[in-house]
Amino acid sequence: MRTMRRWSVRHARGLKKLYSLLEQIILKLNPVIKRVGYARLDKPILAVEKLAKGVLVDSQSCGQCVVGETGLSCPMNCPKSLRNGPCGGVRANGKCEVDADMDCVWVLAWQGNKNMGVKEYPIQIVQRPVDNRLWNTSAWLRKLRENTGERDVFPKDAA
Amino acid sequence: MRFEDEPLVDGENYPVLPGHVSPGRLERVLRAGEFVVTAEIAPPDSADPDAVYERAAMFDGYVDAMNATDGSGAHCHMSSVGMCSLLTRRGYAMVMQVSCRDRNRIAIQGDVLGASAMGVSNILCLTGDGVQAGDHPEAKPVFDLDCMSTLEMLTGMREQSQFLSGRKISSPPRVFLGAAANPFGPPLDYRPLRLMKKIKAGAQFIQTQYCFDLDLFKEYMSVVRDHGGHEKAFILAGVGPLASAKSALWIRNNVAGVHIPDAIIDRLKGAKNQKEEGVKICVEMMQQLQQIEGVAGVHIMAYKQEHRVAEIVKQSGVLGGRELWQPKPLVEQAI
Repeated sequence: MRTMRRWSVRHARGLKKLYSLLEQIILKLNPVIKRVGYARLDKPILAVEKLAKGVLVDSQSCGQCVVGETGLSCPMNCPKSLRNGPCGGVRANGKCEVDADMDCVWVLAWQGNKNMGVKEYPIQIVQRPVDNRLWNTSAWLRKLRENTGERDVFPKDAA
Repeated sequence: MRFEDEPLVDGENYPVLPGHVSPGRLERVLRAGEFVVTAEIAPPDSADPDAVYERAAMFDGYVDAMNATDGSGAHCHMSSVGMCSLLTRRGYAMVMQVSCRDRNRIAIQGDVLGASAMGVSNILCLTGDGVQAGDHPEAKPVFDLDCMSTLEMLTGMREQSQFLSGRKISSPPRVFLGAAANPFGPPLDYRPLRLMKKIKAGAQFIQTQYCFDLDLFKEYMSVVRDHGGHEKAFILAGVGPLASAKSALWIRNNVAGVHIPDAIIDRLKGAKNQKEEGVKICVEMMQQLQQIEGVAGVHIMAYKQEHRVAEIVKQSGVLGGRELWQPKPLVEQAI
């Protein structure tokens, strides 16, 4: 799977485009999705999401996906769960301080950012800390609700 | 040196000057444009306060502020809150290091409120070494926040008087916020941008990893200057004496994030007295760093050689005759 991580970062630009396309489709489908119910669809959509993002970026399903900003390198694979860039411990060969066999997630994220071919590097956006209530919920549906101004249905008590 | 508005009793805070965020001495000296010296104080494996006072006294008159480390190298020692609480009572300017490894957002915010109440004016936000590096590798790594979100959270506490949750704080922590930087770790071309991101998140001063590779550091600083980083934050370059070529090699291979070029190791190897050569390299490095535009001071990490810090500062001449604050003798304070 770590080979896939490198592949995705190399193809960050194309994958980001593909993702935007997918986003448009889901956005069009919103009336249907809303009718069926966001909460009811969360599990099945999460399953698709896990499969797709699992293969492509080793997604850990934090439910608040930022790979579009991290050059298609999932920050939740960082043993320190860093959401905002590499720590000072990255090995001289670009491997992780904690896991010497793994490419540093953030070295990949920086490559991905450069491969995206955009002027402003999205890696510079300061990400908020993880909302730990959102693990294993669909980030796609969350993004959809954000884009359409719908109320979030997770965490449950906020619904 | 003592300020005109020096508190009568050591350990009381200064008034917060206009344009300043903290009642501390470090911010004052930095904003006055002085070349600042800070040093790392090693916390004892002990509950004895005298062990802390003795370690601090070694730096008297030679450093502007001391960094109390927070479980550095993922080893257990006296906490940074404890160290800072003891030393601020004696009037020392403390930089409290806060690592994200051991505490979640609830604990960190509480500690910062407590520390500020105890007179701590400076907080250094760190990610922290992984637990695998320390003496409790079986521990659960917390990493609820990262250094960037910690900076943003603490800025919010200070500026908006509110916790991360949005709940109000009646008297906000007046803390000068800092972050670490490693100019020598991959991805090298991203490191200056990473510094800019930390500044964006709220860092007002920066303390870097050990600088042993001056050429690389100069390149880094030139990009930082292009981004105006040196005008938005005070950058203190990390230095320290190496004990021998053997220990330098060990550090290079075993301590995460420390980059020591071959030239330095060869120079140590070739020296008659390697320990003295290590001190000499450190002194020279400080003098050369002072010449780099945008370097506001040095941060000395003299691991197991703390007793040499005073002499290193004196030899380097970086203070340029400036007299530093020292605690009054306790007898004098009692009168």
